[in-house]
Amino acid sequence: MRRALRWLMALCVVVATSTAAHAADLRPLVQALGSGGYSGTEKALEQLSETGDTAAVPVIEALQAGDLHVRKSDNAVVIARKSGDAFALSDPLSGQALGQATAADVTRIRINNSLRRAISASLGALTLMSPDAGVRRSAADAVFKSRDANALPTLQKAIDKEQDKAVRAAMEQARAAILLTGEAASKMTDADIQSAVDTLAARGDRDALVLLNMVAGSGASDVTKKSAAAAISTVEQKLAFWAALQNLWYGLSLGSVLLLAAIGLAVTFGVMGVINMAHGEMVMIGAYTTFLVQEFFRAHAPGLFDLSILVALPAAFIVSGGVGIIIERSVIRWLYGRPLETLLATWGLSLALQQAVRSIFGPTNREVGAPSWMSGAFELGGLTITYGRLWIVIFAFAVFAALLVALKRTWFGLSIRAVTQNRPMANAMGIRTARVDALTFGLGSGIAGLAGVALSQIDNVSPNLGQGYIIDSFMVVVFGGVGNLWGTLVGALTLGSINKFLEPYAGAVLGKILVLIFIILFIQRRPRGLFALKGRAVEA
Amino acid sequence: MRTKQLTSSFGISALAGLAMGAMASFAMPAQAADDTIKVGILHSLSGTMAISETTLKDVMLMLIDEQNKKGGLLGKKLEPVVVDPASNWPLFAEKARELISKDKVSAVFGCWTSVSRKSVLPVFEELNNILFYPVQYEGEESSRNVFYTGAAPNQQAIPAVDYLMQKEKVQRWVLAGTDYVYPRTTNKILEAYLKSKGVKPEDIMINYTPFGHSDWQSIVADIKKFGSAGKKTAVVSTINGDANVPFYKELGNQGVKAEDIPVVAFSVGEEELAGIDTKPLLGHLAAWNYFQSVETPANSAFIKEWKAFTKNDKRVTNDPMEAHYIGFNMWVKAVEAAGTTEPDKVIDAMVGVSVPNLTGGYSAMLPNHHITKPVLIGEVQENGQFDVVSKTSGLVPGDEWSDYLPDSKDLIADWRKPMSCGNFNVKTGKCGGKGS
Repeated sequence: MRRALRWLMALCVVVATSTAAHAADLRPLVQALGSGGYSGTEKALEQLSETGDTAAVPVIEALQAGDLHVRKSDNAVVIARKSGDAFALSDPLSGQALGQATAADVTRIRINNSLRRAISASLGALTLMSPDAGVRRSAADAVFKSRDANALPTLQKAIDKEQDKAVRAAMEQARAAILLTGEAASKMTDADIQSAVDTLAARGDRDALVLLNMVAGSGASDVTKKSAAAAISTVEQKLAFWAALQNLWYGLSLGSVLLLAAIGLAVTFGVMGVINMAHGEMVMIGAYTTFLVQEFFRAHAPGLFDLSILVALPAAFIVSGGVGIIIERSVIRWLYGRPLETLLATWGLSLALQQAVRSIFGPTNREVGAPSWMSGAFELGGLTITYGRLWIVIFAFAVFAALLVALKRTWFGLSIRAVTQNRPMANAMGIRTARVDALTFGLGSGIAGLAGVALSQIDNVSPNLGQGYIIDSFMVVVFGGVGNLWGTLVGALTLGSINKFLEPYAGAVLGKILVLIFIILFIQRRPRGLFALKGRAVEA
Repeated sequence: MRTKQLTSSFGISALAGLAMGAMASFAMPAQAADDTIKVGILHSLSGTMAISETTLKDVMLMLIDEQNKKGGLLGKKLEPVVVDPASNWPLFAEKARELISKDKVSAVFGCWTSVSRKSVLPVFEELNNILFYPVQYEGEESSRNVFYTGAAPNQQAIPAVDYLMQKEKVQRWVLAGTDYVYPRTTNKILEAYLKSKGVKPEDIMINYTPFGHSDWQSIVADIKKFGSAGKKTAVVSTINGDANVPFYKELGNQGVKAEDIPVVAFSVGEEELAGIDTKPLLGHLAAWNYFQSVETPANSAFIKEWKAFTKNDKRVTNDPMEAHYIGFNMWVKAVEAAGTTEPDKVIDAMVGVSVPNLTGGYSAMLPNHHITKPVLIGEVQENGQFDVVSKTSGLVPGDEWSDYLPDSKDLIADWRKPMSCGNFNVKTGKCGGKGS
């Protein structure tokens, strides 16, 4: 109650006096942020947010961003933002510029996890009344997380004033969270508790479950515990349903990664019959091309960085495809019809390519950034879908469709099919089979390069990138049926889904082993895979 | 101790081995053996481990170069002999034998993975030479011929867990690791430790993944689920270098923030972070005995020299590099004290040697051939460096036989005479308990 009174008084002060006047009141607290290490900063921050003064918001935001510094000459707390090599100083409260300083003149006020939590809590409490609905929403979420009882009076006021339905709901959830877990819980009537529990149950996500579990496990009254337990089972049922869907999505996502990695192999191995152990390295070259393209963008057009991936796609296709054609012309064409020699030669090539990349780019991982439209996630019901994965799923299907069209509807595709099905006859019809061979291998390698662009977003860009995918790719192609693109699609998605449904029960290691055993048994029953090719082509 | 997937490197290692062998024999013969003291460097320069070990070879070359500028050792110049075991464990043993028998080196600095150390151990014991091993490892070993300058579990894992327990009030634990000896042993020790602190079995989740695991979606979702039981949850990660990038990317994408579920890693250092965008990882933790960001005069000088030596302003320093720095200086001191490079005398002179480390203190060699180190906990910053949020007030002595494992809690190692034993059982009073 005393706290609430103090808060109300502070609010009156805010309303009554001018900004300049209470900036003076805040100054000692802001100054205190800079001393006493983590605990000193945290204490000052607590007092700062207890004033309820929104003038403190920019100061706390600067602290969060790591811009708040202590000037060594007079120990004043200042905002220092990097401009070129030096720091531009400004006053944290008035925003007045204070000139320039070098890195040696200021010490950053450091923050740790516990301070980060405190910062988002106090920013939440201070911005509940913001005119911007988005800020109010995130403030409500922050208060929901911090469950700071000091924020309750402001929260109440904010709820009364709130017009936006979604924001209001978020605020009510925040209030329920504070009421159920704080000291207030013991003084509440059963009806109040019930309504708070209902509010949380309506939210129905993991965060709500955390709170309900806390309530059920705390020393609350039996009535509270009972209603919480009932709410928990409802929420858990709902979450189980979403978890099944989530698994399906993970399966689809892993399947699309497998599809991307395998689809190039479906051309070189499936259509041409070349056991290409260097396929993984084509993927790796695609990933390194992405890195180079991004480096170029970073150096010359940082503003257009979001487009770098789009430029990397054709570049990777051309580079990997080009390397593929060179390999075909120099090595593989001498080895057609000799699978064992091809296997050994391409395996040697894969080692040579890895070491070459290691010599050129160094053994360490290279950083490939994600464009803004590929980072983060969104919630769809109870599903968390990350943008990166979503784009990869879309991209995998697009590549698959494009390849299908290229093989079925173009003259080039027709020649590929003709050459692979009956080489002497195609030759007799005037198709230059040697050239078609080279271009087909280039096409398969180029698609592997495209896969490299996508995989650079989710995996290490290192010389070993390809090794992780080569076994999986062969598994997909063999399982789906050699020589059949649709088989590759179904094979990739099936293996992806099986893997993801096994993982929660069997663990990642055993899951992988089980999938391998499944494929071995399957191949025993159907040696030609899911979709076996029929007809004369098979015998050739 | 970090092992990377070894799928297909024997071809290349044979090639590289040939090349290195040829180079070594062309480079050396001009010099007579007596003019110089030879120091072996046994780190993979090709294959999957090259990513981590190449740096250690470079730092050894720098340290030797520096010592020579100071006038060498015992009035002689030091001469590095570099071989490439190519991430191939049996080749490690072969190369070690070559270094000792053919090149007659006085000491060897090398190895990274536990399996490579186990592979060379019999060679060093048979030929009686000295190995300095610079990487944090699972413990449960003490050999007369090996000096362990990396952290034992009680110098890294246990202080990290203590920090989370006390400062972050963590009550629920996910122990996530790659499926091989170091994570399994460390997690066994941690599990026993947590239980001894009153953590209930249902509050511990243990998860192993294969090498190079790249699809972390379900596991991160599982961690989120495990963390929603109403108790503060943390992840203790012994996940191996290569799998870390996709793991952290997935954490960032699924919005697992360090404020909610902190991840403390034992195998992620400055070099591993170099390949990741660290903005989503702000505040996740790592436990080491050294961070590049530590501000001491010795460290600034070391970083400056390192950047100058590699002629690359962006090269970072890391914990195993400091371990080599300490190990090399200890060896120099012990050789000076013994007045000879003869392994038996140097081994005896090593115990008790104390040299400055880079974090502003002194590290001493203990009778169990492990060293004393401070333990630092760092939080990931936006620039890929760590901000030290906790440092043990004193130095922690390395404990080779964990007190938390039933098999090893009665064992101690003391290589001083007259005990001279790596696994003395204090219960039975005999040398030779479990282990090697």
